[in-house]
Amino acid sequence: MANVGVFDVLGPIMIGPSSSHTAGAARLGKIARTIVGKEIKEVTFLLHGSFSKTYKGHGTDRALVAGILGMNPDDARLRSSLELVKQQGIKIEFVPTDLGDYHPNTVKFLIKDIDDVTWEILGSSIGGGLIKIDEINGNKVNLTGEYPTIITSNEDVPGTLAKISGILYDAGINIASMKSDRSQKGKESTLTFELDHEVPLEVVEQIKLIQGMNHVITINPVGGPNNENC
Amino acid sequence: MKIAKSGAELINICEENHISLSEYAIAREMESKGLSRETLFSYMHSTLSVMREAATLGREKEVYSLSGLIGGDAYKLQQYLNSGKSLMGSATIKAMAMALSASEVNGSMGKIVACPTAGSCGILPAALLTAGEELGKTDDELVQALFASSAVGMIIGMNATFAGAEGGCQAECGSAAAMAAAAIVELMGGTPEMSLNAAAIVFKNILGLVCDPVAGLVEIPCAKRNASGAISALATADLVMAGVASKIPFDDALAAMYKVGRELPKELRETALGGVAITPTGLKYKEQVFGKDA
Ligand code: SF4
Repeated sequence: MANVGVFDVLGPIMIGPSSSHTAGAARLGKIARTIVGKEIKEVTFLLHGSFSKTYKGHGTDRALVAGILGMNPDDARLRSSLELVKQQGIKIEFVPTDLGDYHPNTVKFLIKDIDDVTWEILGSSIGGGLIKIDEINGNKVNLTGEYPTIITSNEDVPGTLAKISGILYDAGINIASMKSDRSQKGKESTLTFELDHEVPLEVVEQIKLIQGMNHVITINPVGGPNNENC
Repeated sequence: MKIAKSGAELINICEENHISLSEYAIAREMESKGLSRETLFSYMHSTLSVMREAATLGREKEVYSLSGLIGGDAYKLQQYLNSGKSLMGSATIKAMAMALSASEVNGSMGKIVACPTAGSCGILPAALLTAGEELGKTDDELVQALFASSAVGMIIGMNATFAGAEGGCQAECGSAAAMAAAAIVELMGGTPEMSLNAAAIVFKNILGLVCDPVAGLVEIPCAKRNASGAISALATADLVMAGVASKIPFDDALAAMYKVGRELPKELRETALGGVAITPTGLKYKEQVFGKDA
């Protein structure tokens, strides 16, 4: 660690037992919920690697569900999330599986929202409570949940990227990182912008108006990350 | 203020500015984060209260980990303490009970402060709260001492690691105990140099400790290592307050810890492939929790 602060050493305050298997899992659940952005009816958790083998002992299942319910990694109700989710009538299922060549602590969320739209979100807990989301509905994204983020799905029209950057620039919002993915050339493309500031609603509305824009997701940071630990 | 990159620099900066370790940490944090002293203190007070709850819960009632592998031991120690029969005296037993409590609370999906890590979350609270109770210190003084512990922790983080996966348990429980010893020395009126002497002695005494969690869970041997780390911190604070210095200075001791950590085979760095984790009993526990083919 190059620059270590006081609360990197004394923190985070979290629900145990494991920053990667519990705190990180809760953040993954919460970010998945934010991406869907609507009431959730059903979630299937495809658990990969170490998640698939040890999820019960580390409470990874409870943490993932807690995140889906919108809890932060330091929420004392995290322990009883499996009971809470039942009360809310959300159907859940855990399926240990092998997703292929991914980080050992990886989960794929299959989520059905209130409008019966299905979402596929894949993310990993990469240590010390840090996470990354790699795929949303088959599109590659680059999302850590530490920065405010905008993800757009749009027709692959030339100039779209420049238009979005322009809108952000005019709003005085710095772009910390950008990733573009075109799984099929000429079809839909996905752009992920991690930003230095939260994005006001009117800026999002402006982006939605860009020609060929199908979908815009905004995500604000999900709980704090921290240091490396067990 | 200059940022200290080593223990020696930390001592120099404190001496030049006539400040304590805690005041160094506070000044640095205010500068780098742009936060007021009040904000920092109020955040540290909430940190202290989470620490205290975790160190108390398991002594008041039996707390068991999710896996069921550990639990109930903090409660046993508290009963033993109440019986007045202990060999080592109340402070020692209390510290061990507090450390076990925090570890059990962590395993039960309770709230803890990772300080520096979740696995070692019992050491600093147990040692510091025990010292505070024995010496009749206020919460404000304990908060100040937490800042002192972080001054040492920052040097460790910058020059070595807190991760058992990288440096073995000496990096986790060793760092926690070193930070705790340094904080208690300041709490008792020792100088920054004396605090770093205490941290150095702790590292020397724990050098080589491997990370070998049974079933990969932060429970066995972790909980008892928290108890032992807390005692090491308290005993070392006494050693240093008596005037004993470390023959090997802090920076050397820290460098040795880091080097030894990286020289440990990966089996002994949190992979659960060595040490007590692969003893017949350790493997039996693993099967009990995760079934045969995990
Ligand atoms: S043995 Fe490993 S997992 Fe357990 S406390 Fe030590 S470093 Fe953490």
